[in-house]
Amino acid sequence: MTPNPPVNKIVEQLYQTDSRQVYATLVRLIGDFDLAEEAMHEAFAAAMLQWEDAGIPDHPTAWLISTGRFKAIDMIRRRERFDASMQQILSQRPSLTQSPLESLLTEIPDDQLRLIFTCCHPSLAIEAQLALTLREVCGLTTEQVASAFLISPATLAQRIVRAKAKIKTAGIPYEIPDIQQMPQRLDAVLHVIYLLFNEGYNTSSGEHVTAGALSDEAIRLGSLLLDLQSQTDHWSTSPDADVMGLLALMLLQTSRRRTRTDEHGDIVLLEDQDRSQWDQDMIRQGVELVEQAMATGEVGSYTIQAAIAAEHARASDVSLTNWGQIVRLYDVLLQIQNSPVIALNRAVAIAMRDGPEIGLTHLEAISGRGELAEYYLYHAARADLCRRLERYEDAHDAYERALSLTQQEPEQRYLQKRLEEISKFM
Amino acid sequence: MKYLLLIYADEQSYTPQERQACYVESTQLTHELNENGQYLGASPLHPVATATSVRIREGKRLITDGPFAETHEQLGGYYLIDVADLDQAIEIAAKIPGAKKGTVEIRPVYELPDLPDIQ
Repeated sequence: MTPNPPVNKIVEQLYQTDSRQVYATLVRLIGDFDLAEEAMHEAFAAAMLQWEDAGIPDHPTAWLISTGRFKAIDMIRRRERFDASMQQILSQRPSLTQSPLESLLTEIPDDQLRLIFTCCHPSLAIEAQLALTLREVCGLTTEQVASAFLISPATLAQRIVRAKAKIKTAGIPYEIPDIQQMPQRLDAVLHVIYLLFNEGYNTSSGEHVTAGALSDEAIRLGSLLLDLQSQTDHWSTSPDADVMGLLALMLLQTSRRRTRTDEHGDIVLLEDQDRSQWDQDMIRQGVELVEQAMATGEVGSYTIQAAIAAEHARASDVSLTNWGQIVRLYDVLLQIQNSPVIALNRAVAIAMRDGPEIGLTHLEAISGRGELAEYYLYHAARADLCRRLERYEDAHDAYERALSLTQQEPEQRYLQKRLEEISKFM
Repeated sequence: MKYLLLIYADEQSYTPQERQACYVESTQLTHELNENGQYLGASPLHPVATATSVRIREGKRLITDGPFAETHEQLGGYYLIDVADLDQAIEIAAKIPGAKKGTVEIRPVYELPDLPDIQ
């Protein structure tokens, strides 16, 4: 007979996996973020003590929710003596005392969605949405969130306090949007996840290694949203193509994370990366999701970006890249989202398909668009094409221009290196 | 919860026909709100040229014309509603005709606790 793991290990494990679910339901029952958080912690503390003697209950999560709500009722009663507003909570929330245990369990997916949609409510400032989502939905500590955004914990704590105060005073509901509003509100949630991912992805190399955790949280959120979509029926189509597309995009980008920089933190270009080091598990999941999303016929920008990433992931060698398909995907992406940066990427893909000379014509044709003239990647791409055409003077000027437009150290080092290389030919 | 929906728009930008259509549409909305038990009050305002600003400084009453801020959009009307939450308020704000030309600002009404009864 193998001995059971000790109770405190089980409770710790449950805290990792289920504490956000317990919390989400307690927020609905109690109607107050801070009180719910405190009640949730008290419930876990009670589990540590009581399960030792009484054994593990059949439905630990339901036990924790139920214990949490009674802890909350105790706390409210205790505080009533000092704070008259506490009385209202009990009288306004019959759900707190009356919900039967079974209904608590079936409501868990909806409660998690409520929490997500409340934290990503468009009436909150975007920085507040990001901070709240990480803190309340992902369960990161204030210190962890602050370090990921490179701000002080005090500043972040203040941001969270203000956001929670706005939720309360402005009457932001703890509800899942109705089906008419769902597409727009889901877009807002996906935007938050996408920003979190990029924040982590773009800063994970070089000086700020901790930010990489943000990408992992973003992927976890994307998977959670996909799971919740299949468990609930608030959607016109389930699962939603954009959710699959975004998750696929994040997985495919992350599959290359290990090879994007070398041991010195220097940038390694896609064409020079060691493809045997790409995470094949992530690529498989990503490619599968792209195919499912494409099959729905409702193809949005995340899905197309993921499809482009999938084309790169499929090529075991850079020479095997299907640039024709990538250019076609950029054409579609430009129709959905006519942005200069996408036009730039398309021109680079054309250069790979048709050669640097034709690529350069496409690149120069879009130079006047938007703020491309001030965008370092435009000049870096132009420099690269000139270099391949052995127009070293032009390449040199363009690398210099790119260098003057970027603040990131790894990017500066990359451009310096290229400048040194071509100086040999001048 | 009570919300004040403040309608800001460039008052010069309405043709007489548009203004008339706006009144008709707004009146329909007030009837709809009233039937749902969400209506507390609503009205358009006269143009900002008719406005008077009052300030008390060092005990003295300062009366000036107009609002003091230079803005492109002026407060042109309001709705006072009573609904369950912000999402319902947003739903109603989106139906206000002024939202198509200008901006509707949603402000939760601060209800003073423990107001003394009028003797």
